[in-house]
Amino acid sequence: MYVDRGRQISIAVFLLALAGVLLAAAPSFFSLGNFKDILVNISYVAIAALGMMMVILTGQIDISVGATLSICSTLAATASKAGLPLGVVFLISIGAGAALGLVNGLLVTRFKIHSIIVTLGTLSVFRGTLIYFTKGAWIYQLPEDFRGVGLGTFLGLPNPIWAMAVVLLAGAWVLSATPWGRALYAVGSNPDAARLSGIRVPFVQASVFVACGALVGLATMFYATRFSTIQSNTGQGFEFLVITAVVVGGTNIFGGSGTVLGVALGALLVGVTGTALTFLKISAYWEQALQGLFILLAVAFDALRSRRRTRTGGGG
Amino acid sequence: MAESPQTPPLLEMEGIQKRFGGIQALKGVDFDLRQGEVHALVGENGAGKSTLIKILSGAYQPDAGTVRLEGRAVEIADPRQARALGIATIYQETSLYPDLSVLENLFIGHQPRRGWGRLDWAAMRRQAREVFAQLGVELPLTARLGDLGKAYAQLVEIAKALAQHARILVMDEATAALTADDVERLFGIIRGLREQGVAIIYISHRLEEVFRVADRVTVLRDGERVGAEPVAEVDQDWLIRRMVGRELHTLYPRNYRPPGKVLLEVRGLSRAGAFEGVDLEVHEGEIVGLAGLVGSGRSEVARAIFGIDPYDAGTVRLSGQPLPPRPWAAVRKGLALLPEDRSRQGAILAMSVRANMTLAVLPDLQRGGFLDEAKELSISKRFIQALQLRPPNPDLPVANLSGGNQQKVVLGKWLATEPRVLILDEPTQGVDVGAKAEIHQLMDRLVGQGVGILMISSDLPEVLGMTDRLLVMHRGKIVARLPRGSAPDVVMRAATGLLEEAHVR
Repeated sequence: MYVDRGRQISIAVFLLALAGVLLAAAPSFFSLGNFKDILVNISYVAIAALGMMMVILTGQIDISVGATLSICSTLAATASKAGLPLGVVFLISIGAGAALGLVNGLLVTRFKIHSIIVTLGTLSVFRGTLIYFTKGAWIYQLPEDFRGVGLGTFLGLPNPIWAMAVVLLAGAWVLSATPWGRALYAVGSNPDAARLSGIRVPFVQASVFVACGALVGLATMFYATRFSTIQSNTGQGFEFLVITAVVVGGTNIFGGSGTVLGVALGALLVGVTGTALTFLKISAYWEQALQGLFILLAVAFDALRSRRRTRTGGGG
Repeated sequence: MAESPQTPPLLEMEGIQKRFGGIQALKGVDFDLRQGEVHALVGENGAGKSTLIKILSGAYQPDAGTVRLEGRAVEIADPRQARALGIATIYQETSLYPDLSVLENLFIGHQPRRGWGRLDWAAMRRQAREVFAQLGVELPLTARLGDLGKAYAQLVEIAKALAQHARILVMDEATAALTADDVERLFGIIRGLREQGVAIIYISHRLEEVFRVADRVTVLRDGERVGAEPVAEVDQDWLIRRMVGRELHTLYPRNYRPPGKVLLEVRGLSRAGAFEGVDLEVHEGEIVGLAGLVGSGRSEVARAIFGIDPYDAGTVRLSGQPLPPRPWAAVRKGLALLPEDRSRQGAILAMSVRANMTLAVLPDLQRGGFLDEAKELSISKRFIQALQLRPPNPDLPVANLSGGNQQKVVLGKWLATEPRVLILDEPTQGVDVGAKAEIHQLMDRLVGQGVGILMISSDLPEVLGMTDRLLVMHRGKIVARLPRGSAPDVVMRAATGLLEEAHVR
């Protein structure tokens, strides 16, 4: 598989440079507590970004993840308030995410509509349907065990950090060591050749949306559980954070290449930038602009690389 | 070298060197071209032909060496400058616009103007007629180029170069997509241009073409010039020896055996507008050729059998069982298809050799849901060895291999499935002579093991030399069934529709 070490090194260099600036201007940034906060804040982004990466690997995109997060949050909180055990709440959140992903996957593969259009549509449909049922009401007084998922710790580290670590490691394993993972790269690199090799391309394409939805459902359990209320419009702009993490982390937006380590670094970059700006007393309004800039830089980098590769392609 | 002193060289390239990363593509190559000569440039894939041409056309800059035009050293910084110096390159994939007219294509980028920035259509029409008269052809100037076909596109490319006053014309695999008739016509045009003093560098894998049109031939091997002679003084054996640096025994290594039971059985396969009533059988241990001109429906039939494209009527059976029209089902049942377009449908260029070679056997590669990496490596090593892949590195991205070796990777992918029937669509197109011979030997070995092969090829000597029997298609129908040893002209007559009545059995 083609691995973009260049991207991983550039992110690392950027983070080191940022660390240098912070060390000089705001040394209080370097505290264990602050690092934990940053990691907790990116944990749910990173888990969902793994799913998004799978979708982008096959050359698709899912911009409905914010709406999925919102529906899963509402369902999980409601189920927990109804007294269901935590294990069942987890299953409901993951299952709902997977079901919404299946809707996206079937629309993309059955009707052969581009996934940007499909998920732009389902983004609105999901949100609209949710507001219809909740009437926009917030959910209060969440049970203790529910909130314990996001706020609790295990061996001194917050639960979401553990969850992120386990999910990313498992994801890296699945992508590199299973036939399904291999098929994602093949479909994204060259769908025609993949199909001729006997890979069931529509099945693979639908399956990544299910996986992405399920991972958003799992991310929900480390997101919704950290707040005292669940708003009906929660998760707005979430898709932006997730796609930024994936693309900045070196996953080719046209599919076919990307690494989980890159996704982790991308998520870290997204999380650190916001916090660093606060510590450097720069207006938080700049955060979004900076993240947008990162995406543009990443995509420009991809375009340049593919141009250079076609130019120096094998001589004859 | 036997230089004739009366014509001074139009172009001299001396000591040209070019390195890409760790690979020295050109190791100090000399090349010269005289006015009014056709100079063939041959060599295996990776020998450095394209690199040399790209330096001449300004796409690459040499690391060392000089280029002289009429004795004057020139620097060719970019393709625009090459055109200004009168050097035009015609690639096999044309750089034209199918939705524009012939006239618009001819002058795109350098249209003659009148006052106020208006285009001077009258001047364009006049110049176009002059150029076509020079070429000795007539083309409808207002026709949409895309409606005319590949051969005309090539003509328009040449005309475009002449309209820009090209003195040196580089033709890179110009005949690869052309039918036999069009090749004839192209050769006529080349001879005409030569008489008008245009110098032509002719690159082709088809060695017989070299003997038919070229005055001199330069052979490259591994980035070095290993021979440059007048064509009249050499023969095909000499060329092949120079190109591969070793002797090739028989051109088509076939051991014929009596065929066994029917493996692939196609009955009445039809799709409106593409092919009609196709019946064919492939038996154990035989190579069946599917010949015909480009566009006769050969590839379309192959794709329909494999389930890539749908068909309206007919049945496909493999070992007596009906085959559903789905590629994954075909693969599971032991059918394999080596597609014509290697880089778009065959190999996944960004992935490693091992990942490509195991792509069609992914489901067999799992152990407890995970990829069995040891098995993956052993499969890829086995076929790297069997196919003599160069370099023999399973972790190299396929994009880094030469065309012939990429084709071997795609072949390896299919051999890993242990197919019962192998459909090969132009298996040696764009493949160098050495790899071509290796692919032929492999085909013979496979049918020796009981595999059945359906082979599509536009290379007439190849399809005659390699197959047990030959089916010829014309306009979507099988018009002739010929035995081994049929004469080339019989095949050509069938393929061009002259034999439509007489079915030879």
